[in-house]
Amino acid sequence: MAKKSYRQAINEALAQEMRRDPTVIVMGEDNAGGLGAPGEDDAWGGVLGVTKGLMPEFGRERVLDTPISESSFIGAAAGAAATGLRPVAELMFVDFMGVCFDQIFNQAGKFRYMFGGKAVTPLVVRTMYGAGFRAASQHSQCLYPIFTHVPGLKVVLPSSPYEAKGLLIQAIRDDDPVIFLEHKVLYDDEEEVPDEPYTIPFGEANLTREGKDVTIVALGRMVKFANQVADGLETDGISCTVLDPRTTSPLDADSILESVEETGRLVVVDEASPRCNMATDISALVAEQAFGALKAPIRMVAPPHTPVPFAPELEDLYIPSPEKIGAAVREVMEHGA
Amino acid sequence: MSDGIQAVTMPKWGLAMDEGMVTVWLVEEGAPVAAGDELLEIETTKITNVFESPAAGTLSRRLVGEGETVPVGALLAVVAEDGAAEAEIDAFVERFRAEFAVAAEAAAESAAVEPECVEAGGRPINYLRAGTGEGIPLVLVHGFGGDLDNWLFNQPALAEHHDVVALDLPGHGRSAKDVGAGDLAFLSGTLAEFLDALGIDRAHLVGHSLGGAAVLGLALDHPKRAASLTLISPAGLGPEINRSYISGFVGAARRKEMKAVLAMLFADPGLVSRDMVEDVLKYKRLDGVSAALETIARAVFPDGRQAVSLAERLGELAVPVQVIWGRRDKIVPPAHAEALPPGLPVHMIETAGHMAHMEAAGEVNRLIGAMTG
Amino acid sequence: MLQLNRDDLVQAYIRMRTIREFEERVHTEFAGGAIPGFVHLYAGEEASAVGVCMNLEDKDYIASTHRGHGHCIAKGCDVEAMMKEIYGRREGSCGGKGGSMHIADLSKGMMGANGIVGGGPPLVCGAALSAKTLKTGGVAIAFVGDGGSNQGTTLESYNLANVWNLPAVFVVEDNGYAESTASAWSVGGSQLKRAEAFGMPGREVDGHDFFAVYEAAKEAVDRARAGKGPSLLHVKLNRYYGHFEGDAMTYRADGEVEALRETVDSLAAFRARVTETGLLEGRQLDDIDREVAASIGQAVTAAMSAKAPGEEDLLTDVYVSY
Repeated sequence: MAKKSYRQAINEALAQEMRRDPTVIVMGEDNAGGLGAPGEDDAWGGVLGVTKGLMPEFGRERVLDTPISESSFIGAAAGAAATGLRPVAELMFVDFMGVCFDQIFNQAGKFRYMFGGKAVTPLVVRTMYGAGFRAASQHSQCLYPIFTHVPGLKVVLPSSPYEAKGLLIQAIRDDDPVIFLEHKVLYDDEEEVPDEPYTIPFGEANLTREGKDVTIVALGRMVKFANQVADGLETDGISCTVLDPRTTSPLDADSILESVEETGRLVVVDEASPRCNMATDISALVAEQAFGALKAPIRMVAPPHTPVPFAPELEDLYIPSPEKIGAAVREVMEHGA
Repeated sequence: MSDGIQAVTMPKWGLAMDEGMVTVWLVEEGAPVAAGDELLEIETTKITNVFESPAAGTLSRRLVGEGETVPVGALLAVVAEDGAAEAEIDAFVERFRAEFAVAAEAAAESAAVEPECVEAGGRPINYLRAGTGEGIPLVLVHGFGGDLDNWLFNQPALAEHHDVVALDLPGHGRSAKDVGAGDLAFLSGTLAEFLDALGIDRAHLVGHSLGGAAVLGLALDHPKRAASLTLISPAGLGPEINRSYISGFVGAARRKEMKAVLAMLFADPGLVSRDMVEDVLKYKRLDGVSAALETIARAVFPDGRQAVSLAERLGELAVPVQVIWGRRDKIVPPAHAEALPPGLPVHMIETAGHMAHMEAAGEVNRLIGAMTG
Repeated sequence: MLQLNRDDLVQAYIRMRTIREFEERVHTEFAGGAIPGFVHLYAGEEASAVGVCMNLEDKDYIASTHRGHGHCIAKGCDVEAMMKEIYGRREGSCGGKGGSMHIADLSKGMMGANGIVGGGPPLVCGAALSAKTLKTGGVAIAFVGDGGSNQGTTLESYNLANVWNLPAVFVVEDNGYAESTASAWSVGGSQLKRAEAFGMPGREVDGHDFFAVYEAAKEAVDRARAGKGPSLLHVKLNRYYGHFEGDAMTYRADGEVEALRETVDSLAAFRARVTETGLLEGRQLDDIDREVAASIGQAVTAAMSAKAPGEEDLLTDVYVSY
């Protein structure tokens, strides 16, 4: 099987779904690029090249470049989704949600409920998130807890190329609005990805490591760190389960609870700001529903409650690291031996 | 290789395996062993299996401790004929390790055997060919929902002495997902076209479960193409089939459901690892797989019964036939073996379930070897 | 005028009368405490919704505002289901989950009243994009108030509709007040110059004159259908009630509303025009008035006795699947 990058996997998912279903369109700032400019067409293919090559194959009618005008085109994507298309709109950086959030959470996310179950809004908003790019406070946030908070939205955090392709195809075929968050630091990661289209169902956590001592729940890029930590601790005789929820909405509470029932210890790793993030949410879930199984206090590994810093030295301190995750696991292992 | 000193090395079970962990030694150092004795248990990310001694003698060195992980091909132990000098054994180990380091580097640079693709009946069919390239080839055909990787404990061992081809049936593995009518005639016909495409006139046919019925159908339709038949827990010899397995396999989309379904395949459900479940799920998630499985299930196992019985036609075959069955098979009843014509060799493996070629790989490999010469 | 035949005129009058009657009854019932929440009434503005929507078919979409009842009726939504929705009933247009501010019927091309000022124009760009991409021949109309005309979403939509050359029409219904604030104060520049600045034609229309609205909308809709892009109508009109029911309207001049009801009544103007020109007879219109009053009465009765949603409805309709 061919190895593909996270970027290629996403591009392939888009191209295959556009070939399969003529109602699938993509739109966003510079998704092709160079429109109306004197130089090359398809100049960018998205700011980091994820949509490159789609416009030459599918034409400007299905690969729509937009003005820098998120509230209008994200809203247009919502309206188009409610009226017969399957738009995949790219919000370049999730940090820009501030200028189009109404269209996502008050419009697309609520149509179905407000209209008594009669609306179907198969919208996908693809957006880039996460720190580690030296992109500073307005281009580095996670923010997925905010989308997760909104009933009516589904929220997807692919942690690897295989996951990205299957989850994006699922998102496009899904009849509900989906926020699909791509970690910008993962774009060049590679792994084996089938050439054929495939779907990964929402709401089922991926068990990436199976162990008996500690349950590590990690999201997005943090899954990679958690796997590294689990592999490293294996040689020290600490056996970790790693669960990647894949989707924060719906959340696979059952898999998390069942795993904690087995291990009795929980570490949650979340790159999102620490207050009201997925780590607090999952910790509350376990404290409420699996308290009796816990042998140790729950540990949350998250960044500090600050904006994402610019200076590389500070940003590196900010992001949850494998070292911090490893330390948290060792700490919970001191209990209930 | 020194006379009378035999290396025991980490086997390669399946394309994805590059290392394995020794979980437990079953023979003490210095104890006598016979060829085929279970020496140790090895765990890969996909599966745990016992590993048998390749030779008779004394287990004179155990070189990897329990819980240690080493790469494929690494030296695990040495079996020496009685009377081999200790110094000679030490020299053997030292030489092997030095050569292995060089070989491993070379192996990393040269491509391993990779699956290939061929058109058969207008459909791309994925297959893996390994072995000597000489003599009448062995063709291994997996069962419903399986793929060529089901032969991971068999193909490498058989390939030491034979030209061995394992394929993915249509609708399975990496082959085309279009399965036409999806019935036995289609599957047997595709096998014939596959042999044509590879230029194989005649083969020792080995089929498991649905694959058993398919190779039997092929041998009946094209008697000249079969040199022998080995049927492992085959379909096609009676009406019963575990309907909840078939519908469960077709329906399961999630890890927990799939794990429970796969557990039915084995006498020891502990063999169903995280990776095994994940591999099956990855296959099932591909576009077209659900439809392919549904089509085959509907055509071959309508209403939870087998549509076709070929048992009464076994007498038409002029080539050697053997049947292997796990006594603890929960998918196709072993009772089907008892109803076969007298004189047809049936090997009932007491400890195995539906996957005898995995759970009792050594014995199944010996039986196939005995049949194919 | 007229591409409108007698049947069309009857239909237009029925719709305008239905809106008026509906809103007057909701006003009364709300005052009596029978209706929960907020309602924003469209009485006085009838000619705008009906004049525009008489140009539309079911495949065409509209998006509305807080003040959405009139647009719903003009676009063909079921009136009894609307009344039930306003009462929060299970058989309401939205199962009692939306209420007055969220009545929608996508099968009729009605994309919803909207609780967010300026929420509709981006959605309409999307509906217009669907029509264009799927080649349905449809158009999409955004109704916004003078308040909504100042939202960035609206202005960004003008731009997007232009650069994508969408079959869209923006109808700015300027009733003089954004909530309690006069549009004379809150709107910088002019609606028509805004249209011009975004590269689209704009027309100012008397929103009490059904025929004027109809013709201006026809020009804009025809243009959109022909693939020539978006345009804007600045419809000047008046509302007979407050921003919401319960609004004491202390910001309006003494006697302002009473005078408006006397002097600018789109229904009276329509009646005068069609009877004076002999297109319809007064008796016909009287009959319609009676029939509409009866049907609205029936809708209220039905809504009052209809069942509220129950606990079994609390968790449904959030997702298609979850």
